[in-house]
Amino acid sequence: MSDVSLTVNGRRVSGNAEDRTLLVHFLREHLGLTGTHVGCDTSQCGACVVHVDGRAVKSCSMLAVQASGSTVVTIEGLADGAELHPVQAAFKEHHGLQCGFCTPGMIMTATDMIARHPQGLDEATVRAELEGNICRCTGYHNIVKAILAASETMAKGAKGKAKQAA
Amino acid sequence: MGIEGVGARVARKEDKRFITGGGRYVDDMVVPGMKHAVFVRSPHAHAHIKKIDVKKAQAMPGVVGVLTGKELKADGIGNLICGWMIHSKDGTPMKMGAWSPLAVDKVRYVGDAVVIVVADTKGQARDAAEAVEITYKELKAVVDATKAIQSGAPQIHAEAENNLIFDWELGDGKATDAAIKSAAHVTRMKIVNNRLVPNAMEPRAALGHYDKAEDHYTCWTTSQNPHVARLVMSAFYNVAPENKLRVIAPDVGGGFGSKIYIYPEEIVCLWASKKTGVPVKWVADRTESFLSDAHGRDHVSTVEMAFDKDNRITGLKVDTIANLGAYMSLFSSCVPTYLYATLLSGQYNIPAIHANVRTVYTNTAPVDAYRGAGRPEATYVLERMMETAARELGVSPAELRRRNFITSFPHQTPVIMAYDAGDYNASLDAAMKAADYAGFTKRRADAAKQGKLRGIGMSCYIEACGLAPSSAVGSLGAGVGLWESAEVRVNAVGTIEVLTGSHSHGQGHETTFAQLVTQRFGVPIDSVSIVHGDTDKVQMGMGTYGSRSGAVGMSAIVKALDKVEAKAKKIAAHLLEADEGDIVIENGEVKVAGTDKSLPWFQVALASYTAHNLPAGMEPGLKETAFYDPSNFTFPAGCYICEVEIDPETGTTEIIQFVAADDFGNIINPMIVEGQVHGGIAQGVGQALLEGAHYDSSGQLLTASYMDYTMPRAGDLPSFKVSTSNTPCPGNPLGVKGCGEAGAIGSPPAVINAITDALGVVDIAMPASPATVWATIRATKH
Repeated sequence: MSDVSLTVNGRRVSGNAEDRTLLVHFLREHLGLTGTHVGCDTSQCGACVVHVDGRAVKSCSMLAVQASGSTVVTIEGLADGAELHPVQAAFKEHHGLQCGFCTPGMIMTATDMIARHPQGLDEATVRAELEGNICRCTGYHNIVKAILAASETMAKGAKGKAKQAA
Repeated sequence: MGIEGVGARVARKEDKRFITGGGRYVDDMVVPGMKHAVFVRSPHAHAHIKKIDVKKAQAMPGVVGVLTGKELKADGIGNLICGWMIHSKDGTPMKMGAWSPLAVDKVRYVGDAVVIVVADTKGQARDAAEAVEITYKELKAVVDATKAIQSGAPQIHAEAENNLIFDWELGDGKATDAAIKSAAHVTRMKIVNNRLVPNAMEPRAALGHYDKAEDHYTCWTTSQNPHVARLVMSAFYNVAPENKLRVIAPDVGGGFGSKIYIYPEEIVCLWASKKTGVPVKWVADRTESFLSDAHGRDHVSTVEMAFDKDNRITGLKVDTIANLGAYMSLFSSCVPTYLYATLLSGQYNIPAIHANVRTVYTNTAPVDAYRGAGRPEATYVLERMMETAARELGVSPAELRRRNFITSFPHQTPVIMAYDAGDYNASLDAAMKAADYAGFTKRRADAAKQGKLRGIGMSCYIEACGLAPSSAVGSLGAGVGLWESAEVRVNAVGTIEVLTGSHSHGQGHETTFAQLVTQRFGVPIDSVSIVHGDTDKVQMGMGTYGSRSGAVGMSAIVKALDKVEAKAKKIAAHLLEADEGDIVIENGEVKVAGTDKSLPWFQVALASYTAHNLPAGMEPGLKETAFYDPSNFTFPAGCYICEVEIDPETGTTEIIQFVAADDFGNIINPMIVEGQVHGGIAQGVGQALLEGAHYDSSGQLLTASYMDYTMPRAGDLPSFKVSTSNTPCPGNPLGVKGCGEAGAIGSPPAVINAITDALGVVDIAMPASPATVWATIRATKH
């Protein structure tokens, strides 16, 4: 058994878990954050993507003890209070989800993707970047559309903020 | 249409919880005292069980129980059943072998459940499962259906000699033979429809909870039809009487057919909960899903299509062998029969059709309905034949189809179905225009200059949806009726709950069903809630599959709304001292037409519950129930065009464009309909290019993870060009046909027709992976 302590969605949390406990199971079973899902056994599907220290990580490919000391953001911590994150809003507006099971991982991957491409995204880049996330419902059509739309919205938002600061 | 009514692109009400991590799936459920289960599964495709020793496992840390099939049988738990009786052409009933929820004497496929281990944590259950000692005596296995029916093949069930389950036929054999004999041209092909694994992203799961004090069971399960699960578990598996069994299918992460069936695991978890005295949860690993979810397709067909000198089809003869796997799953028998052969007329006038279907046991996972279920197999047969025939006859694929289209309705086919409405030329025209079909020759020449091979292919599909008229399916062998139920509850404050027997696992019912109510009463969509998926809340229902929730589920809601509207009008007429016939309901107001007299909707609702001043003899309350049984199937149809470019050096196929032109009748929410088409196309393109379940000759599944089974990813697909035309369905009050399966039905032949066009070959096996395409190019060159 190991002690695990980390910051999740802005809150300091700690627990005691079996050494073999994966981060995803720690989040789901110890912290009750069931928005992060498990869709495969081989780190292929991406339903479990969370942000660890600002980077998108498949939480099934990391032990909870490895994440100790880190700052983790899950789908539950993405919105700013009642206000949806622009990626969440875009998934809803563009019908980028159906059954919802892959959605948390898709959204966490997309926010990371947009952050890494401040110059903007095109369809080919989005499709290539989604390599690690599988969706069985949408055929990706509307997921791609939602990510492109969110990327534009966020770029406009950033410009607006920069103007305000100036 | 209002902004939230029928026909509007309303953003989904259910999305909020899914995009914020608030979805509630079975694996998210926690019950006090809950323990975790792991199933010990057969590593052999075919073997006798000689001995099961659970002593070591029982002594492992955290273990609560290790239970076997013998104990299950001793407690009277029944065998799994197939709910659709098919008779062979000699009149004998199908030969169903026994399927025990936990294998007792024999295992018949890799993944057959043998022992359940329950422990404090899943890790402990997994460790203990490793310690269960089972001695097997291996038997020879057979995985290929065409080999399984040969004499001398391993015998899988004593009940089915030579592994033949039934040998069934439909249509007029003599007339079809005569048409072939006198034909000006006959196209002949062997057509293989590859085996697929449905792969809903949420793995199957079950949580069984036996409450000793109440002698009552609750089962949370990943089901597309919780009421059918309760019925079957009660009536056939003797788990508990229906009034002592509550089945809840909460948020379910995709189904595509694979979550229709009642599997061993939910039965065993319920039984194990009583046996061990603790709630028992099981969640499948992905590999477990590959091994034990019902697979789809797996047909081998020999087909002859006869034409007269004017290129009109005169006859179609189909001989199909369908692999049903090791056991007969719940609806397995109807898929290659009444959901397949009845669609073999396609969009065409075909005077004579004969289909012969043999279904076969093999040492593979059970095969049942997967998105489209029988209709993709029929479409693949027909549309591959039409393409090949066009090439042989030297006419354009579009022209050959047009010449044979059915153009007047209703149209009775020679294989049971009576098409009610359609305009097949309209979808073909729309698809060809969207694809710039006329410009293809130039695009092909341009690609050739770059050393690339371009091809274009089309597919004109039809499907039978809105499953289904109860008396019709009953006469064909179904064990259930396929109506749907709805209850509309208007609360005293005017808000509305609709309880439906349909189940949403991605289809957006919480939005589209609410749009119907908004349309009818003009109340805001936020004041309408859709309740589904719980047998304690919703009266009996038949669930969601076969694109039935629009045509059947929503029609039941319409009937219930009719009754609510009629009563509300009576109350309003009484209160406003007006004639009932003059009352109209609009924008949340109940008005006397042509006057300024009106009442807000909520006041009529309130009046029905205060009951201080109701018409004489009227019961209080505003709540109505309806059952809707359709009078016919519905017939969505359309045309899909795929254009591919192949790199001959690598065999890689790129989809340059994919066009879908569908006729779904009237549409409630175009945004959701388009999403359904996108997803269906992705699965169909997946079948054609990427996906295939492969067993080796000893029965080991070689494609049992996402490392081995190629799921379509974003980079494998283009954005799709989709459009719809509309011939309203005359058979239901909304004029809707259904859209859930079309994409998966229409797309595989369009892709393969394009690839064979690019390569200049007659046929290529699905999935046409880069390796297969590359090998085909090399074989053609030499």
